[in-house]
Amino acid sequence: MIGLDHFLILGAVLFSLGLAIVIARRNAVMVLMGIELMLNASNINLVAFGYHDPNLMQGQLFALFVIVIAAAEAAIGLAIVMKVYRYYYSADLQELSKEQKIV
Amino acid sequence: MIVSILFYLFAALAIIGSLFILLTEKIVYAAFSLLLILLSIAAIFVLAGSEFLAVTQIMVYAGGILILLIFGVLMTTKLQDGEVLVPKSNKFWSLLLGGGFFILLFFMISQVNFALLSWMQSPEKAVGEGMINKLGTLLMSDYVLVFELAGIILLVALVAAALLAGERIKEGTKA
Repeated sequence: MIGLDHFLILGAVLFSLGLAIVIARRNAVMVLMGIELMLNASNINLVAFGYHDPNLMQGQLFALFVIVIAAAEAAIGLAIVMKVYRYYYSADLQELSKEQKIV
Repeated sequence: MIVSILFYLFAALAIIGSLFILLTEKIVYAAFSLLLILLSIAAIFVLAGSEFLAVTQIMVYAGGILILLIFGVLMTTKLQDGEVLVPKSNKFWSLLLGGGFFILLFFMISQVNFALLSWMQSPEKAVGEGMINKLGTLLMSDYVLVFELAGIILLVALVAAALLAGERIKEGTKA
C-alpha cells in the first residue's frame, strides 16, 4: 500500500525536472519534451487522487482528457517548429531570439 | 510489500530518465529516455489502480507523441560532425526555478493532512474488476459532452497540424 504523499512527491519531482528542462534547453523539440513531462507529472497527481476516490473516478477521467489535450498540443507544437525551421533553418530558440528573427 | 518495491523502482526509473534528459547533449538519446519515463509512468498508473489509463498512456504517448517527437528531431536538427548535439543554456535559472519550485511543492505537500478530506477512502475496498466497465459507462453517460468535445479538438488539431506543416501548392503554379 503506497501512501498518497509518495505519488504527490513523485509528481512534484517530475514536474520540477520538466520545468528545468523547459528552461535549460535551447532546442525547441527538447522544450516540447519538457512540456510533455510536466503534463505527465500532473497526470500522476490526478490518478493518485482518483485512486482514493474510487466511486466517482473523476481523477482518471480528467487524466484521460489531459492526455487528449497533450496529443493535440504535441501535434500543433511540432508543426509550428517545423514551419519555423523551414523559414529560418534553425530550431535553436537562443539563435532565433539573438538574431531578432522571432521570439 | 511487492507493490511498494515496484512503485519505488518505477519512480526511480522515471526520475533517472528525467535527469538524463536534463543533462544529456544527445537529442535522440533524450527522446528514447522519454520513452523510458512514459513507460514507467504507465506502470505507476497500473499500481494506482487505473489500468485503462496505463494502456492509453502507452498507446498515445509511447506510440504516438514520441514517434512525432522523434520525427521532429530528425527533421529539425543539423548534423554536427556526425552527431546530433543540442547545447544547453540558462543552467543557473533552470536550477534556481526548478529547485525552488520543487522545494515549494514539497513544503506544501508535507504540510497538508490528506486524511482529513471527507471523500478520501481506503482504495482497497473499491478497486476491483469493474473499474474499466465503470469508466466506460461514465464516459458514455455523464461525461459524453466532454468526450465528444475532446474528439472534435483532436480532429481540429490534427487537421491544423497537417495544414501548418505541409507544403501548400498554389493554384496555377507548378509544384
